[in-house]
Amino acid sequence: MKQIWYIGIDMGSTAAKIVAVGDHELRFVMPTGWSCLDTAGQILKKLKNQGILPENSRIVSTGYGRQAVSYADKAVTEITCHAAGCAQQYPDCTIIDVGGQDTKAIHVCSAVVDDFIMNDKCSAGTGKFIEIMANRLGCTIDTLFSLAAKGRPVNISSLCTVFAESEIIGHISKGKARENIAAGIVRSVAIKVTQLAQQVPVTGPVLLTGGLSHLPYFAAALGKELQCVVRSAPQGRYAGAYGAAVLAKKVSQ
Amino acid sequence: MTDRHEMWKELGMDLEAHDTLCAVLPTAFGDIFLSQENRPEGMAFYDMVVSDIHGIRPAELIEEQKRGRKIFGTFCLYVPDEIIVAADGIVTGLCGGSQFWVPDGEKVLPKNVCPLIKASVGARLGRTCPFFRIADMYVGETTCDGKKKAWEILGEDVPLHIMDMPQMKRVKDIEKWIGEIKEFKQVVETFTGHEVTAENLHAAIVLLNKRRKAMARVYACRKADPIPISGKDVLLMTQIAFFDDPQRCADQANALAEELERRIDAGIGVFPKGTKRILLTGTPMAIPNWKMHHIIETSGAAVVCEECCTGTRYVEHLVDERPMMMEGQLQALADRYMKNNCACFTPNKGRIDDIIRLAEAYHADGVIDVNLKFCTLYDTEKRDVKRALKAAGIPVLSLETDYDDTDAEQLRTRVEAFIEMLG
Repeated sequence: MKQIWYIGIDMGSTAAKIVAVGDHELRFVMPTGWSCLDTAGQILKKLKNQGILPENSRIVSTGYGRQAVSYADKAVTEITCHAAGCAQQYPDCTIIDVGGQDTKAIHVCSAVVDDFIMNDKCSAGTGKFIEIMANRLGCTIDTLFSLAAKGRPVNISSLCTVFAESEIIGHISKGKARENIAAGIVRSVAIKVTQLAQQVPVTGPVLLTGGLSHLPYFAAALGKELQCVVRSAPQGRYAGAYGAAVLAKKVSQ
Repeated sequence: MTDRHEMWKELGMDLEAHDTLCAVLPTAFGDIFLSQENRPEGMAFYDMVVSDIHGIRPAELIEEQKRGRKIFGTFCLYVPDEIIVAADGIVTGLCGGSQFWVPDGEKVLPKNVCPLIKASVGARLGRTCPFFRIADMYVGETTCDGKKKAWEILGEDVPLHIMDMPQMKRVKDIEKWIGEIKEFKQVVETFTGHEVTAENLHAAIVLLNKRRKAMARVYACRKADPIPISGKDVLLMTQIAFFDDPQRCADQANALAEELERRIDAGIGVFPKGTKRILLTGTPMAIPNWKMHHIIETSGAAVVCEECCTGTRYVEHLVDERPMMMEGQLQALADRYMKNNCACFTPNKGRIDDIIRLAEAYHADGVIDVNLKFCTLYDTEKRDVKRALKAAGIPVLSLETDYDDTDAEQLRTRVEAFIEMLG
C-alpha cells in the first residue's frame, strides 16, 4: 500500500506554513508573496520534489488564502485548525494567535472551539504592527525583541498603528534609547492582545501560536498583562498547518 | 424599463450621482439574489420591485400626492403606521442601507455615528434617493443620541415631527407613550386634513395586522427543515414591506407563504436538509444591506430568523382589534408598540427572552449578534446577549460591521469558524 500523506497548508497573510505527516514529518515555511495562487503552486512543486503527490495525500488548507489552494480537499478556517493542532496535547486550553494581519483568541474545551474572538480591520495588536515598528527602528523583528528584553518600556498610548508610529518617531526624536522604545512597542502589542483575549474565557494552559510564538520575551510580556503563564504552543508558528494536517487525517477517516 | 429621469429631475435629484447608484445595484442584486438556486416563484414580485426600485413605487407615491394624499417618511418601528393610514396618509420607510449614501452623511455628521444614520442623512442631503425627496413629512423618534441630533440637521430641510420615546417600560412610561401617540395623531390630522376617527383607525389596525399576519406566515415557514426559502429572500420581502402598499404587501406575502407551505409539504428546500441554521439578532438591515445574509448563506449555513427591526419585530404581535373607542385603541397601539424590545430601553431583558424563544422556535443551531459600527446601545448589550445565550446552551458569535465591504473576508472567516464550531 502506498504511503498516505496528511498535509496541512496554512496560507497566512505573511507566510505559508506547510506540515506533511506520513512515514515521517515534513514542515517548511515560505513567504506568501503577493499571489496566494502562485505560492500554492510553488508549495505543490516542493511537495512533489519530496515525492509527495496530491493523489496519495489528504490536504486541508487554512489561513486567509485557504481558498487559493485549489488542490486541497477541504478549506477550514485557521481558528478551527489552531484548535485542532493544540488540542492534540491540550484538549482544554486558550490559544492566542498573533498573526500577520489578524490576532485571535480561541477558547478550547474538550478539544473543540468553545468561543473565539478576532481583531477588527485595524492592525494594532497584530504582527503587522511589530513589523512596521521594527522597520521604523531599522531592525528585524527578532532584533526588536532582543532589544526590548534589555529596555524599560516607554509609553505608547495610541490605539492606531499609524498614530503609534508617529508617537515612536516622537520618542526617537527625543533621543530615547532604542531598547526602551522596543520594549514599549512590545508592551503596547501585549496590552492590545490582552484587551482582545479577555473577551473570551482565558483558562487552562495559555498557548501562543503564530509568527511571534518562538519569542520567549513576547510570551512573557503577554503573560505579564494577562496575569498568567503564557507558553509557546508545541507547534509554534506551524500550529495552524499542523492542525490542518490533523483535520486532513480526520476528514479521510 | 420606463425611463424615470424626468421624474427624478422633477424631484430635484442629483441625476449624475444617482445614475452611479443605479449602475451598481443590478450587479449586486444579480450576484447576491439571482444566483440563488431553486428560489420560490413568489420572489418574482420582489425582484421586479428591486429592478425598478427608484421607479415603480416612487411613481405611485407621486400619483397619490397628486390626489392630495400625504407621504410620511419614518425611520423606526415605534412610529405607529396605523395613525398615518387612518388619516389616509401613506407611510414609507426611509432608512438608508447603502455605503453609497454614507459620504454625503459624513459631510455633516461626526465619523463615529452609525452608518444607518449617516446613510439616511446622506440620502436626503445628497438628493440621491427619490423616497427621501417625495416624503412630505419626516417622522423622527428619540431612540438614540445619533438620531436625536440627526433630526436637527434633517429638520432644516424638510418638515419633521419627533416622537419622544420612553427609555423604560414602566406603566407611567407607557402612559407617556400614549400621550405621544395622541400628539402624533393631531399632527397627522392637521397635516393631512383628515380626522382620525375610531372607525378609520379600526380599519387601519385591521389592515396592518393583516400585513403582520401574512408576513409572519412566511416567517413561520422557515421553521421547516429543509428550509423552503433563503434568509436573503425573506429579508428582501421584509425590506420591501417598509415602503410598499400594506394591502399589496399582505397579498404578496400570503401568496408567497402558500407556495412555501406547498414546498414544505413536498419536502422541497433551498438548502440541503440538516444545513446549519442561524438566527441573526441585532441592528436593522435596511435595503440594500444584504451583507451578513450573503456571507452566512455562502458559507454553508442558512439564516432562519432575524430578531431585529427588519425581522420579527416588524411582524410579531398584533394590535388588539377589539377596542372600538379611541381611548382603548390608543392604549392597544401603545401596548403593541411597547412589545418591541429595542436596545434603546433599559433594562431590555425582553430582547434576550425573544432571542432565546425564537432560537428554539426556529430550531437555530447558533445565534449571530451583528451590530452596526458605533451603535453604542446594541454594542453594549451584546455582553448580556452572549452571557444569556451561553447559559441557555446556544452558541453565539458577536460581530460588528458597517455597510462597507472591505471587511467581508474577515467576517467570512469568523462566520465560517462559527459554523465549523457548530459541528
